Amino acid sequence: MKIFLKQSRLYCLVALSTFCLAKTINISPSQDPYTEIQEALILASPGDIIHLSAGLYELEDSLSIDVNNIILEGDGINSTVLSFQNQLSGAQGLSVTSDNVILRDFAVENAKGDAIKVKGVDGISFIRIRTEWTNGPSSENGAYGLYPVESKNVLIDSCVAIGASDAGIYVGQSENIIVKNSIAEFNVAGIEIENSYYADVFNNYASNNTGGILVFDLPDIPQQGGHHIRVFNNKSVNNNTDNFAPEGNIVGEVPRGSGIIIQANSHVEIFNNDIGDNDTINIAVVTYGYDTEDENYYPHPRSIQIHGNRFGRSGYNPDLETGELAKILFELSDGNMPDIFWDGILPLPQIIFGQPKEDKIILGDNGDASFLTINALKYILPFFDPVETNYEKFSGEITPLPPVALSETL
Amino acid sequence: MKLYNSLILIAFAISALSITAEVNHSKILSEDVALKLSDYGFFNNLTKQIPADGVLPYDLNSALFSDYADKLRFVYVPEEGFAEYRPNKVFNFPVGSVLIKTFAYLNDSPESDLSTQLLETRLLIRRDEGWKNVSYIWNEEQTDAYKSIAGKTISTQFVNDYGGVQDVRYRVPNINQCKECHQSNETITPIGPKARNLNKDTSYADGTMNQLLKWHQQGWIKENISIKSMVDWSDINENLETRARSYLDINCGHCHIEGGSADTTGLYLNYAENREVHLGYFKKPIAAGRASNNLKYSIVPGKPDESILLYRMQSLDPGIMMPESGRALQHVEAVDLLRKWIHQL
Repeated sequence: MKIFLKQSRLYCLVALSTFCLAKTINISPSQDPYTEIQEALILASPGDIIHLSAGLYELEDSLSIDVNNIILEGDGINSTVLSFQNQLSGAQGLSVTSDNVILRDFAVENAKGDAIKVKGVDGISFIRIRTEWTNGPSSENGAYGLYPVESKNVLIDSCVAIGASDAGIYVGQSENIIVKNSIAEFNVAGIEIENSYYADVFNNYASNNTGGILVFDLPDIPQQGGHHIRVFNNKSVNNNTDNFAPEGNIVGEVPRGSGIIIQANSHVEIFNNDIGDNDTINIAVVTYGYDTEDENYYPHPRSIQIHGNRFGRSGYNPDLETGELAKILFELSDGNMPDIFWDGILPLPQIIFGQPKEDKIILGDNGDASFLTINALKYILPFFDPVETNYEKFSGEITPLPPVALSETL
Repeated sequence: MKLYNSLILIAFAISALSITAEVNHSKILSEDVALKLSDYGFFNNLTKQIPADGVLPYDLNSALFSDYADKLRFVYVPEEGFAEYRPNKVFNFPVGSVLIKTFAYLNDSPESDLSTQLLETRLLIRRDEGWKNVSYIWNEEQTDAYKSIAGKTISTQFVNDYGGVQDVRYRVPNINQCKECHQSNETITPIGPKARNLNKDTSYADGTMNQLLKWHQQGWIKENISIKSMVDWSDINENLETRARSYLDINCGHCHIEGGSADTTGLYLNYAENREVHLGYFKKPIAAGRASNNLKYSIVPGKPDESILLYRMQSLDPGIMMPESGRALQHVEAVDLLRKWIHQL
């Protein structure tokens, strides 16, 4: 007994684990996988690992985690599959409401609603997780694949998100976010950062979505005024899947063939990305397009910096059917669609007296990228051509945003 | 024969004991919840749900819909206990209090061929550190109920209000799912027993009385709580607006409230909410996905069939339906009520 205790102490020392009694619970596919997995998730103690062996787990009810500091893991992104094909209850495949949970090496397929929703936590890691609707793009698919919301210290690393009818990877109303090394395909929005603060989105591959990467901010919800978002070293190419979002959802407005769209938000830096082969537009910077009575909401993008990106072709087959963006741009440009578009919409005093210097959009070196914006004052006045395509007028010195650092407790 | 007689005697002794059952206060406060419902001594007759001394039945003006299950509610407040009134919130029950709710299909109409089926009994136990939730699932024999962890699916039948037999896949929620509705700003809280929802008569062993008066008589709450009462949403003599808002409050307002599980949406359906956009009028959905059904707004005044809220109340698809859990059937009568309400907005 003494020896055993000594050994376990040694083990704890070696593992540098705060949770010396941490255990691993192994689960294999069985007759009633729901009860087995859900009981393990409820009875787990902080530090425990719940391990799902390779195989197909067919679940009729949604799973949930509400214990801090546990790990739910499988044997691989294609080996351990939680299938919700025959789901009868629950609005998600898996939901997480506790802090510092790690999800790794498994897949969630064909959830009736969202695949994995994480709400109101501090610390969540998705590592090598796949969320997929396996029948391809369809408005019958669930809204979000990876869906952390109202959370802090969010890490999404080496994940795959396919087929979501809203966004494959969606981070909403959160703070301190890293989305990296991930693949988003055949979603309406590949990766979407919405109403969030401090996000780094890098080394991702967004392809065959309707829009590759979106940075949005919406009114009338608890957290708004998204800011400090860096989007860099990503590939956002060939996002030419027709918009299949059910109407009513904001991404339903995104035209097919959008590389990156910034809507509202402040302090956004888009750099070193490869963006091309997008039917409508490579980068668009736009104002929130609806009336709102929300007094705390600022609908215009501010302090947007775009530099060092490499552009392939775009605008050669614009989607004039979806939303207003492509239609307006097509008319303004006479069909000569730019790589980068800013709608130029400002609050009235700024239209007249000019925009504060620190709010201005700044274009750095983007090779031979073309640019188009609208001069709002000329737009209001008669006899002026409001279209402005002079890139140099908007070029300036880049002030890099600081990188995101996740809390060390992860 | 002798053995048989003594068995009967023992059985008698046990039932005699159970008649004088007392609530087991130490069990309520012990760190580990009891493994079976009978351990607490809340009932003189468990199967018939006859409460022990000190345990009072209560009822709500408007109740949460749970697949047409009948609900038998009881409250236990320890001796000398006092529950502080808080406007728009549930009473602040003293430590040691327990809210007891048995879900059942009573099937008690005279023409019913089905017998009473007790499904589960949920407890909210007020501890030092806050409320603790636990549910007990009834055994087939209906003699006791046992602690649930991952919940249970009970596929059964019940007799509805129109005398028809209806199938239902009743889900006993798991412990985490309880929190979905009962969590407000990170802590577990009861939903029903707010003064505004308790202000009605109930029949007690010693006669019928207003619940708030009864609770005051027990010394549990102060006198003269002035409130705007909710109404019974099904009472056609009440005003339509109040009925609809009462229904939305008790069925939706625990999640759709600032600090609740659904606050990410900005749609707030609690009784006290009065900002039109947050009540859903011409409010665009945030994360509804296909649950929007190609509709643009949560509520379009005057147009129930263009309102996402009504669509989601009618759906049985887990990816669309509201509430997200606790419902496998459509609440036909409530859909009708809210249709009328939206129509006249």
